[in-house]
Amino acid sequence: MSSVAPAVEPAGPARTSGLTAILEQTRYVLGENKVTGFSFALLIVILLAAVFGPYVVPYDPLASDTAAALKAPSAAHWFGTDQLGRDIFSRVVVATRLDTFIAVASVVLVFLMGGLAGIAAGYFGGWTDRIVGRIADTIMAFPLFVLAMGIVAALGNTVQNIILATAIVNFPLYARVARAEANVRRNAGFVQAARLSGNGEFRILLMHILPNIMPIMIVQMSLTMGYAILNAAGLSFIGLGVRPPTAEWGIMVAEGAGFMVSGEWWIALFPGLALMIAVFCFNLLGDGLRDIVDPQRRT
Amino acid sequence: MTAQPLLDVQDLTVEFSTRRGIVKAVQHVNISVAKGETLAIVGESGSGKSVTSYAVMRILDRAGKIAEGSVMFSGIDVKAATEGQMRDLRGREVSMIFQNPRAALNPIRKVGDQIEDVLRTHVQQAMVSDHGEKAIEALEQVKIARPRERYHAYPFELSGGMCQRVVIALALACNPQLLIADEPTTGLDVTTQKAVMDLIVELTKRKAMSTILITHDLGLAAAYCDRVVVMEKGRVVETAKAADIFANPQHPYTKKLMRATPRLGVSLRDLLPEEEGAAAAESAPAAVASAEGQKPLLLIEKLVKEYPRQGATATLGKLFGRKPPVEPDVFRAVDGISFSIGHGESVGLVGESGCGKSTTSMMVMRLLDQTSGLIQFDGEDIGAIAPASFARLPQRSRIQMVFQDPTDSLNPRFTAARAIVDPIMQLGDIKGRDALRARCEELATMVGLPHNLLDRFPHQLSGGQKARVGIARAIALHPKLVILDEPTAALDVSVQAVVLNLLQDLKARLGMSYLFVSHDLNVVRLLCDRVIVMRTGRIVEEGSSERVLSDPQDDYTKELLTAIPHPPLPVH
Repeated sequence: MSSVAPAVEPAGPARTSGLTAILEQTRYVLGENKVTGFSFALLIVILLAAVFGPYVVPYDPLASDTAAALKAPSAAHWFGTDQLGRDIFSRVVVATRLDTFIAVASVVLVFLMGGLAGIAAGYFGGWTDRIVGRIADTIMAFPLFVLAMGIVAALGNTVQNIILATAIVNFPLYARVARAEANVRRNAGFVQAARLSGNGEFRILLMHILPNIMPIMIVQMSLTMGYAILNAAGLSFIGLGVRPPTAEWGIMVAEGAGFMVSGEWWIALFPGLALMIAVFCFNLLGDGLRDIVDPQRRT
Repeated sequence: MTAQPLLDVQDLTVEFSTRRGIVKAVQHVNISVAKGETLAIVGESGSGKSVTSYAVMRILDRAGKIAEGSVMFSGIDVKAATEGQMRDLRGREVSMIFQNPRAALNPIRKVGDQIEDVLRTHVQQAMVSDHGEKAIEALEQVKIARPRERYHAYPFELSGGMCQRVVIALALACNPQLLIADEPTTGLDVTTQKAVMDLIVELTKRKAMSTILITHDLGLAAAYCDRVVVMEKGRVVETAKAADIFANPQHPYTKKLMRATPRLGVSLRDLLPEEEGAAAAESAPAAVASAEGQKPLLLIEKLVKEYPRQGATATLGKLFGRKPPVEPDVFRAVDGISFSIGHGESVGLVGESGCGKSTTSMMVMRLLDQTSGLIQFDGEDIGAIAPASFARLPQRSRIQMVFQDPTDSLNPRFTAARAIVDPIMQLGDIKGRDALRARCEELATMVGLPHNLLDRFPHQLSGGQKARVGIARAIALHPKLVILDEPTAALDVSVQAVVLNLLQDLKARLGMSYLFVSHDLNVVRLLCDRVIVMRTGRIVEEGSSERVLSDPQDDYTKELLTAIPHPPLPVH
């Protein structure tokens, strides 16, 4: 589109170097879009809680105190206490680390598996494409949560297996998005040019195609992060995930569920709320992230 | 000018609000179009010619608005009209044709249905049952052969020229008073361009409507329009009758544009503004004399590329017992061509889309495997090497290419410097950050790219700058043969003039050979010693540039030459 190119040299400020440009872009996006700014603030709170949570909480999350069992929220116990007298606020904050870790680890794992397989499928086509496509189809033939349950049940109740199960159920999403994006670019001019420059096929894949797909993959990662947290919590809720007494949002909701009827609503509500906020935050983050990582938006 | 013009644009200013503040895309523009007049708006990219027409139709996007001035269309104030009034106006009174006909048509609907839609929306009085006939009539009007069959065709089944005819039929279905054609023939072959433009002009006359032709091509404007408006950077710099503007251009910008337009009887240096042209002629080193009797650099013999004719239609036909079409099983894109390129020679490969010129260049580049035939480069049979393994061989660096679309051929995530050094990092012998940077700057100087632009990403560069990056990348490894695949097709004429001159200088300086693939005979003539004209996979004519252009032997070459719109020669 020749009409888009400016006729005159943009007389804007001199181009700043990489990092400054990214910071500037981040500031611009955050200022422009209040929702993105809000989600970033939320993310920072979540990350702070994940890193420093265990050191700042008022009570030991595992220490039970039968004398103070089932207390409603008060100044001493902000979110109240559960049936064993454990402080729910402390448990909710401490659980952040485990839940975010599971989410991040599974998303990174699925990006490495699904993203790379998808890019290779889209770029090479042929048998690579067929094999990756059929694997994705097979996974999608199962109800995803049931599949995750099956994997954890078969492999054992550990954090590693929750991460693996979450990664596997997300595989088709990544493989398909990456495949479509790579497929569009396989015959782009810059890929041809890279071939002329003596780049091998794998180098083209990793150095030329992958960076162009990263923006959309990052959005995808942010969106599935929310799903990964839900999945991990869901597995724990039905008893197939992290085991008690570990502080984890899913278990805490499960434990609290029984007490809802008898009026002790706070046991399930606060971990549930934390879960909701985390998922909400990652979903909102997606769009903002795309604007930041895409250099085309950085004029 | 008669009493009231059909369209009267007074003092129009259009503003776009962007991150960097308000940009005035069009400033204080006055344009009027009389009834029955054909007006051309000529300008390079960014001159505001399209924005002006969008403002007339009031289809500016969200960020743009008419800040000042007035637009009157046959007594209606477009600026003040309601959205409902505008909807009525668009399509019924004012129609528009866009650059890419395929993008303008809905790919999954039959063209006849699409024409009917327009009729149904805008013509209330016609009977519903009548629409089909009316649509066929509209197709007939734009000279589509067998309109009754074409009515049921999908856009992908039609050629580019045919699609543009359908778009014109759509635009004219409701007998508008004003037709705005925004680069209607850019991207079409010259012979198709001629047919489409002839059609537009004929219909304009027959239907007594007015036409605004928006184009970057002065030759086209001169050949088909009554009056010409020249725009530069959002302002109208000159308005005059088509004949006058060529005989006696007033504004320096108009003169510059005219100089830069490739035409018969001028040399490459003449395209540049006077002072620069003289300077370039002086500084250019003497051409490397090509030794006679030497073996050719590139030798192509009986090159063939076949594609299997496949597709669902044949299979389905068999399935339903229909007779398969009587066609050979393979399609020959390149049908046994032979030619050679000498050391330091530049050869033009000319033909219209689908003639096999790009396929040929891809095979020479070893990006595509040939079906049969010999490709000998510098005495070595490179045709025997599979494209997949060619990438890592030292021969790769001897043949390089400049791509057609400077934007598409640069990785959006690589800076200009990174793009230029990419081949050196893979195949070159320069190691180390500083050495690479030094070589990169040397190359940038060679192609006239300011060093401060080297750290920019492609989207921060203009079209001409991107073309320079592409050229720097191609010459980074001291290639012997560079294939130029329409390197200036996406550029403005003045930029094209500069880039062509740059290519000429580089060739002389570095002793390279060029294979210039293009559809434009006028451009090829400027840069090439020899021209090869291709049609449907075969070579129809071959000879020295001057001879082929001044005395074409083949009918097809003659047809190509007459289809090029020629502006009258400027007076010096």
